[in-house]
Amino acid sequence: MIEVKNLHKSFGSLEVLKGIDLTIPKQQVVCLIGSSGSGKSTLLRCLNLLEEPTSGDVIIEGKKINEPKANINEIRQTVGMVFQQFNLFPHKTVLENITLGLLKLKKVSKQEAEKKAIELLKKVGLEEKANAYPKSLSGGQQQRVAIARALAMNPHVMLFDEPTSALDPEMVGEVLQVMKDLAKEGMTMIIVTHEMGFAREVADRVLFLEKGVIIEDGAPKDVFEQPKHERTRAFLNKVL
Amino acid sequence: MNFIQSLSEVFHDSFSLLLKGAGKTFELAFLSLLVATGLGLFFGMLRISTNKFLRFIAHAYLSIIRGTPLYVQLVFSYFVLLPAIFGQSIDPFTAGALALSLNAGAYLVEIFRGGIESIDKGQMEAGRAIGFTHFQTMRYIILPQAVKRMIPSFVNQFIITLKDTSLLSTIGIMELMYSGQTIYSVNFKTLEVLTIVALMYWAIVTLLTIVANWIERRMAQS
Repeated sequence: MIEVKNLHKSFGSLEVLKGIDLTIPKQQVVCLIGSSGSGKSTLLRCLNLLEEPTSGDVIIEGKKINEPKANINEIRQTVGMVFQQFNLFPHKTVLENITLGLLKLKKVSKQEAEKKAIELLKKVGLEEKANAYPKSLSGGQQQRVAIARALAMNPHVMLFDEPTSALDPEMVGEVLQVMKDLAKEGMTMIIVTHEMGFAREVADRVLFLEKGVIIEDGAPKDVFEQPKHERTRAFLNKVL
Repeated sequence: MNFIQSLSEVFHDSFSLLLKGAGKTFELAFLSLLVATGLGLFFGMLRISTNKFLRFIAHAYLSIIRGTPLYVQLVFSYFVLLPAIFGQSIDPFTAGALALSLNAGAYLVEIFRGGIESIDKGQMEAGRAIGFTHFQTMRYIILPQAVKRMIPSFVNQFIITLKDTSLLSTIGIMELMYSGQTIYSVNFKTLEVLTIVALMYWAIVTLLTIVANWIERRMAQS
């Protein structure tokens, strides 16, 4: 359902992605790993055009999204995203954070939007925080709300950009648990992460990026235990 | 006769006239700032646009207004700009309000820009990622946060504009300053009249500051 063809991305004279080809079928859980600067976040951000590719195609559900006539705002409603820094809206309550898109974009009634929001809050275990403001929540709680906010739009795929990197160690688990549940439900997920344990346990597929190129692509077991490249081995030795 | 005594006499004789002038002053400042807010928001958006030409337009507006004295702008508005648009001279009130609006608008551009740019970039990204357009994200997510931060600068501009209305006496608008001038040109008690005029400006500004602080506290709670 997601196809990436010969994707290149440069920032000025710096080429960050150097020809990525990738097909991700429905319901697959993919972890992107690699050292910082390898281009994994940029690749993820190209999938919902938060970064505009320099060349190549990004095709989601059969539609090429990086062309002028594509309605990117509509496509983004089907692609949820969770950020490293949560990026909740601080002037809105937890409930309002989740309902905003439903009310203004999907035009559902307030009652219906709130019902859906409460359902999602139950799912991430934060029902009692509906009327709290983001600043009164812990990092782990904020990230769970951010996941609920993205899920509210009924996305077909979820992108996670280092969702646990800004969290205190004791809060990482609660966020990963929500993601595990989501994976179990069959959500298509693409996750940039440094959590190797999570990648090994939950991912169907692990991609290792190095200098803008995918150099490993396989089941977690294969990538972690029998990496093809010396570079992958060196990286894994450092992080495992 | 000492100054205090003279002051109280002048106060007694001319307060009602000055109060009328103060009303005009407030009306001018309020109206101008309302228009200026629209101008500031509009040109502020152009200023942070990714389009070079739009940015240039905002820059030109800012450069002309900030680089020239309000007095010159006022004279141009009254004798050149409005007659050129309408083919005849327009009443001084409109000309004055226009000049003040254009002037305050230029300063508000920078206040809007600063406020918007102070909001974390992640907010725009989060809005866009949900599927909001740039404009919708501005409206529902960025501006509500930015406006809160802009209130102190906004109040400051209101105070400046309020006092700048005194310049409109030069084109014969009966605002507070011109009312004062009219009175002391008759009774020659320049110092007394100007003291009262100054106190009245001070009272209006102080009152406004109190109201603004109250609004700011209310908004900080929400």
